Amino acid sequence: MTLLSVKNLRVSFATETGVVQAVRGVSFTLGRERLGIVGESGSGKTMTGRAVLRLIRPPGRIEADEMTFDGQDLLHASDSQMRALRGRRIAMVMQDPKYSLNPVMTVGQQLTEGLRMRDRLGRAEAEARAIKALEAVQIRDPARVMKAWPHELSGGMGQRVMIAMMLIPEPDLLIADEPTSALDVTVQAEVLSILDGLVRDRGMGLIFISHDLRLVARFCDRVLVMYKGRVVEELAAGDLMAAQHPYTRGLLNCLPRIGGPRQPLPALDRTGDWAE
Amino acid sequence: MTALIEIDALTVTYRAKGQEVQAVQGVSLSVAKGESYGLVGESGSGKSTILRAICGLAPVSGGTIRIAGQPVRRGRDFARQVQMVFQDPYASLHPRHTIDRTLSEPLAIHGIGGADQKVPAALEAVGLPAAFRFRFPHQLSGGQRQRVAIARALMLEPPILLLDEPTSALDASVQAEVLNLLNRLRAERGLTFLMVSHDLAVVDHMCDRLLVMQHGRAVEELARDDLAAARMKTDYARSLFEASADRLMGA
Amino acid sequence: MSSLRVWLSDPNPSSRRQARLGQAWLAWLRLRRNPLAMAGLVLVLALVLAAALAPWIAPHDPIAQDLGNRLLPPGTPGHWLGTDDFGRDILSRILHGARITLQIVALVALTAPVLGLLVGTVAGYFGGWVDAVLMRVTDIFLAFPRLILALALVAVLGPGVGNAVLAIALTAWPPYARVARAETLTVRGSDYIAAVRLQGAGAPRIIWGHVVPMCVPSVIIRVTLDMAGVILIAAGLGFLGLGAQPPLPEWGLMISSGRKFLFEQWWVATMPGLGLFLVSLGFNLLGDGLRDVLDPRSAGK
Repeated sequence: MTLLSVKNLRVSFATETGVVQAVRGVSFTLGRERLGIVGESGSGKTMTGRAVLRLIRPPGRIEADEMTFDGQDLLHASDSQMRALRGRRIAMVMQDPKYSLNPVMTVGQQLTEGLRMRDRLGRAEAEARAIKALEAVQIRDPARVMKAWPHELSGGMGQRVMIAMMLIPEPDLLIADEPTSALDVTVQAEVLSILDGLVRDRGMGLIFISHDLRLVARFCDRVLVMYKGRVVEELAAGDLMAAQHPYTRGLLNCLPRIGGPRQPLPALDRTGDWAE
Repeated sequence: MTALIEIDALTVTYRAKGQEVQAVQGVSLSVAKGESYGLVGESGSGKSTILRAICGLAPVSGGTIRIAGQPVRRGRDFARQVQMVFQDPYASLHPRHTIDRTLSEPLAIHGIGGADQKVPAALEAVGLPAAFRFRFPHQLSGGQRQRVAIARALMLEPPILLLDEPTSALDASVQAEVLNLLNRLRAERGLTFLMVSHDLAVVDHMCDRLLVMQHGRAVEELARDDLAAARMKTDYARSLFEASADRLMGA
Repeated sequence: MSSLRVWLSDPNPSSRRQARLGQAWLAWLRLRRNPLAMAGLVLVLALVLAAALAPWIAPHDPIAQDLGNRLLPPGTPGHWLGTDDFGRDILSRILHGARITLQIVALVALTAPVLGLLVGTVAGYFGGWVDAVLMRVTDIFLAFPRLILALALVAVLGPGVGNAVLAIALTAWPPYARVARAETLTVRGSDYIAAVRLQGAGAPRIIWGHVVPMCVPSVIIRVTLDMAGVILIAAGLGFLGLGAQPPLPEWGLMISSGRKFLFEQWWVATMPGLGLFLVSLGFNLLGDGLRDVLDPRSAGK
């Protein structure tokens, strides 16, 4: 069953030197599966994620032939309809908890805010739900973390709090924008496995945006490779090593490997037609 | 084997609000002339702090640092021995100076002439078109800025280059180009590298020997072959290896 | 004209001058997109033009009295804004008064921010006791009430525009020192400062060449926004008789002497008041627009 359907998405920004097109005709569908969107900076992958949630403000413009979530038209939905969707049915986890957690509210306050405002739960019930959510992301001492301030948390812990916060309302779709890029390597694996478990258990759809092709391939079912606002290749994660497109092959080959040869790393050849 | 950089039981202590934090505790290492040495660790391991201590930008509270057998002496001469390439290409170039100004300033400080020839030559050496000479940093991409930073570090022709995660802020394809550039320059000019990274694969590609650090302490020193063959002795080094190697073997 | 445009928008400038002018051109384009900022610019330019061309465009002599034509209302042919109690044409007096206003603005803008910038950057860069001493000096000047200082100066040196400017400038520089110091503290820890220190640069080169350019945009914005206040203070001093002396057509002085007639012949005080309002508004709008253009954080997006 298709959860999200996007056809010919275009995002552009008007600047004083002309119109900049961040996304140029991206189309994809998503069911209750894990889709990875991979690209380098400037590829438009983050803009694609934000466009789905209509989080782009003027002078940015979102246009598409179609953008539907579970039958509801996202493109023409009113602001209040989008507000009802955001957080409740579509959630977003961003890269650095230092910047996405409110520094002047305790963790407990942030976790219960949505429940109390949006779902009108009482304080005790909201706190109980919050503690359960923290336990679901494997935080060992949830009562202490509830009282902590964001700056007191390590990177991995902060990101887990972010995931807990986003999953409390039990959304159908989660958009994760580089959720582990700001974390240390040993912590990344932990956070990813937590995310993995939660998505699987709840049968959610996941859009995983990252610059790390191999990470996405290991974690997702399907992968979209983007370059300069376009999708250059779409393939199943298992087929990644057999990728055909020169850009994807270039991305795979240009990374250094432990035990690899000492020769110069193959650089990306950007002269093909696809590089326009 | 003459050691160009010798660090002996270095300790760096930061004092803030009455509390003391030891960012580096008793670390020793030595780098031979022409060698490329890596410092690997996660955040808070103290690896970048060691570079800053060499440059005099961190409060050293114990131990010694020697360059070419002499204790480090601050001043102009130090600039001609050691230079650094910083991590963030967006923050290491002055936003209001043209590339020309950024590259000719080291020459001006030391009273070296010939900027009109040396600046375009430096741009060419790092693979940038001469037309970029009067651009501002915000008109360049991240990879291009990092090349300018490398060119700047080499203007005074120092034998030692300190590299603080030079490619971690860059895209993968751009990283490959910059790493290739660094290797080429090292071979051409016989430079000595002391390189900090959190990425074992990058360190494996660039360095002959490496030191694994955690919480300010030296954990294990490895030669490149040992790393490639997973011959590490400590658990921490092994866990780092596994976390990086995990996503590199197959997909 | 278009070849100039091409030269300015060249992505690969071939000289430092071309590079800087190109950036200024882009900043101008950004400013142009802001209608309120353009309105402010128009008002400020109007002030400058009025001041520059006053002797030629003023219909009458601003000082010549004509008691037979005193207190004529606005709209009287030949006296479009009316005349004051001495029969002097108000329009001409406003135009000539613009010169005095601009003189005050220029003198304060050239002295106070420069002093503040130097004190602030030196204090911020060196820290320690240098910072402490300079900031306490700043605090002392900040604590001076402007009017009292102006009174004191007038008592010692005699009244006049020059002394009013001195009083304003002496009390206007501390905020710029604060702003510059705050910027310097942020800039001080940047990698590009570390890089140039590593190259062996001394403190003067670093402060003048690297720190000051980063502080200048904030100071310029602050100056533009403060100009409105400066004009009003000068007018206030004039109002109190501490600044310009009669028969100079300084706007504050005109308002003061027009007070007596405020109910019957409202135009004598209101016209210069409108002039003050428009000029202050102009500087405020321009300053706001400049903030969007000059803020280094938004540059290069």
